[in-house]
Amino acid sequence: MLGYLLKRLIQMVLVLWIVSVIVFLMMSFTGDPVFMVVPIDATDAEIAQARRLLGLDQSILVQYWKFLTSLLQGDFGRSYVFRQPAMTLILERLPATVEMVIVAMVLAVVVAIPLGVYAGANPDGRLSRMIMAGSLMGISLPGFWVGMVLIYLFAVTWGVFPSSGRGDTAEIFGLRISLATWDGWHHIALPAITLSLGTMAILLRMTRAGMMEVSRQDFMKFARAKGATRRDVLYKHGLKNALIPVVTIFGLQLGDLIAFATITETIFSWPGMGKLLIDSIYRADRPVIVVYLMLVALIFVVINFLVDIVYTLIDPRITLK
Amino acid sequence: MMANTAQHPLLEVRDLHTYFHTFSGTVKAVNGVSFAINEGEVMGLVGESGGGKSVVGFSILGLIDSPGRIEAGEILLEGQNLVAAGEDRLRAIRGREISMVFQDPMTSLNPLHTVGKQMDEVLRLHSDLDAEARHAACVEMLESVGISRAADRLKAYPHQFSGGMRQRVVIAIAMLARPKLIIADEPTTALDVTIQSQILKLMRAQIADKGASMILITHDLAVVSEMADHITVLYCGNVVERGRTRDVIENPSHPYTRGLIDSIPDTTKRLDRLSQIPGSVPDIRNLPHGCNFRDRCPRAQARCASEEPKLMPQHASLMAACHFPLEPGDTA
Repeated sequence: MLGYLLKRLIQMVLVLWIVSVIVFLMMSFTGDPVFMVVPIDATDAEIAQARRLLGLDQSILVQYWKFLTSLLQGDFGRSYVFRQPAMTLILERLPATVEMVIVAMVLAVVVAIPLGVYAGANPDGRLSRMIMAGSLMGISLPGFWVGMVLIYLFAVTWGVFPSSGRGDTAEIFGLRISLATWDGWHHIALPAITLSLGTMAILLRMTRAGMMEVSRQDFMKFARAKGATRRDVLYKHGLKNALIPVVTIFGLQLGDLIAFATITETIFSWPGMGKLLIDSIYRADRPVIVVYLMLVALIFVVINFLVDIVYTLIDPRITLK
Repeated sequence: MMANTAQHPLLEVRDLHTYFHTFSGTVKAVNGVSFAINEGEVMGLVGESGGGKSVVGFSILGLIDSPGRIEAGEILLEGQNLVAAGEDRLRAIRGREISMVFQDPMTSLNPLHTVGKQMDEVLRLHSDLDAEARHAACVEMLESVGISRAADRLKAYPHQFSGGMRQRVVIAIAMLARPKLIIADEPTTALDVTIQSQILKLMRAQIADKGASMILITHDLAVVSEMADHITVLYCGNVVERGRTRDVIENPSHPYTRGLIDSIPDTTKRLDRLSQIPGSVPDIRNLPHGCNFRDRCPRAQARCASEEPKLMPQHASLMAACHFPLEPGDTA
């Protein structure tokens, strides 16, 4: 176990380092951030000075070396635009994104698992066909379109939910949380639903496929021959055996939504970190982008690690090596 | 024996028809099967693969899934018709009154639950015992099927057991609620030969010990001849012969049974080639008119093609469905 942890830790550092190299190289080829920070009528001297201040007059290797050494001292660099530490900018916006994603993922799981189990256990039923058709729509309809339709229906036409913004937040452990207020829940509903549909559809289909596979197994019939209820056979015996691929996809989707909820955040003006990423790319705000993408890589590594641990909780035959 | 057995056999199957409605036609897997089994008896249900043996077993427990359906017939457990019973009633019977042992112990246990949990489930469903009493009962049962350190082994998962051990666990699960009838569907087919006899001995001991009855479904006549009181031979979903084990084995009257017996390897004789029944089981979606066995039968005559034989009394205890049955001393 200790060896496994150490291996994962080394892996993580390696991944983060590679991500930093790739992002740093790519950013140095795209756009010149100097022109984003100097006024339009800046003189050559002013531009040169700005370039020197940002450290962009040095070679890319020197820049990377400086980035890396200050990183190891806990300094993640400053935004060219906001003149603030890049990490602070991101972490300020992280809670808004994370809480929206959590609501979306919970919603996705709560809907997808029972429907997937039902559709897998009754593959020929009329209701199952409707569920599968619905899930196909969930996969194929683009989030921005769903978001706009939801705004049109629930905000504009019926006025039951607000169309944008985060609403009231309450402070918990120093974090501003919407879920602590009724108004916050009101605001989070539409973006969370929009964000959850795609994941919901994928999880539903994975669950169904797994259940169909498991339903053919002898132990399912043996459980029935013991006198177990249909519900127990499906959920206690079947679902657990169908869960490994579902958990895998869940982990990937979770990381994906946290990192790239950009479109949904833009539509609903949700002040999350996805919007920050897009804005930073427009402004060629290299330090923010680098730190953001490294944070995303970290999130993925951590989620995958947790998923691996969940595997061992589900299946005793899987061990961490 | 109890008084009510005089009125009803423990289980009586009457004219059971179980069909599977598939795209390529209706599979008449069980097509008019009748038999009865009394308390404490072991009945062998014998036939080739695809003869409908397992479907009879699943029909009794009401475990026939779509596209399969019990089309007609009665399954009477102590006089109560299970075909007409609702799912709740059937569920109370499964595992409690009638339990089942499957063919492949590698797949009949849930790989993600401990052996203890899977045993406990039966008692939770079918008894009012508290957790402690259930645990004690599981330990006792596991020990009685020959698994040592039972209390520890309850915490183990199926993959930590060998095939023979797993089948012992399956048998323990089947016996746990003290059912009146065990349906064992090829319980030793997937096991090593050396393990096979151990498991058969164990099952016989368990049944004798608890006074239960058993339907032993198998293609292996050698196994049933050791275990069963009665034998019912199925061919293409029909009973072709039944009677006391001794009569069936020593002097069968149906040529199909004769063929099955002759194909058992006899270790006392040296043969270059084992006897076999020519041909194979016909397509049961499209059965021929008359006797289903006639194309493979050495005694077939014109009448066999035109008229379906009915189950008729033969010599000794035998009933057979054949126009030209064998008499003792005849060779096929």
